[in-house]
Amino acid sequence: MRTRALQVVLLCTSLFLLVTALPSCKGGVKDADISTAINEKIKTMPEMSGLTAAVKDGVVTLTGECKDEACKTVCETAVKAIADVKSVVNNCTIAPPPAPAVIVPEANVDALTKAINDAVKDFPGVKTELKEGVLTLTGEVAKDKLQKLMMGLNALKAMGLKKIESAGLSKK
Amino acid sequence: MALQDKYKELIDAATNAGVGNLQVREQEGVLYIDGETSGTIKQQLWDIYGKLDPDYAGGDLMLNINSIAGVSEGAKLKVTTNRTNLNIRKGPSTEDTIVGKAARHEIVTLVRKENDQWWYIQTKDGEEGYSYTQYLTPVE
Repeated sequence: MRTRALQVVLLCTSLFLLVTALPSCKGGVKDADISTAINEKIKTMPEMSGLTAAVKDGVVTLTGECKDEACKTVCETAVKAIADVKSVVNNCTIAPPPAPAVIVPEANVDALTKAINDAVKDFPGVKTELKEGVLTLTGEVAKDKLQKLMMGLNALKAMGLKKIESAGLSKK
Repeated sequence: MALQDKYKELIDAATNAGVGNLQVREQEGVLYIDGETSGTIKQQLWDIYGKLDPDYAGGDLMLNINSIAGVSEGAKLKVTTNRTNLNIRKGPSTEDTIVGKAARHEIVTLVRKENDQWWYIQTKDGEEGYSYTQYLTPVE
């Protein structure tokens, strides 16, 4: 029984080798196969989307834009894994990081107003007016307390405060 | 870029001090500097800001340096009010009633954080409630 099983395995293996080895007689055929395999990966792998590949004598040159270094490596590894690829010239560039669109978060006006009131509570002479994320300070404050007041108010940027206008606040 | 020149000394100091998550961005005539650091570095940065703009009145900088982000529950905090005692309140707002006081320079314990403005603290006498983080400095 064991010999029989071994024979079957051997037969299958030789058949497989024969079939796979057949088309790779000529370099041009190989390159065409590599291209087909790469195009398949470009379609199926999101990392490879948008890339182009040139194949010559088993050497693949990748061009296009990857989102980061890791993505670039993933693409190169995927191409190297394709049969008959001798080497990969990875000319992919890294896309510049997108500029952070939102610098100041959207304010919850009620929460921000309350936080402003809390922050100026210990500075009784200070008057506040909040309009479209811009806080205008008027009234007066002791000069030695000004820094503490501004520290507390600047921290409210995290709650959506965009700007503080304090030119009208007199410091005594 | 003009604002980044005006506040160059401040930006350089923040960079050199290793301020965490440091972000320097300009939008609509305002320079936003955000980051996390210790209370000591925050004070140094604010002193530089005060040197560059003595009245903090330019309206062109939001210096959002958080010195409390890294403080964890159970940490010891020093009460750093200007002169007075620190109010301990029933809820996280100055509209909530005062349930206790902590003396200036007293050491209290952080129980939990409500938000960046209000922390729930406990005094050594066992008084508990919300206090304003501006007057609490982590004991380094």
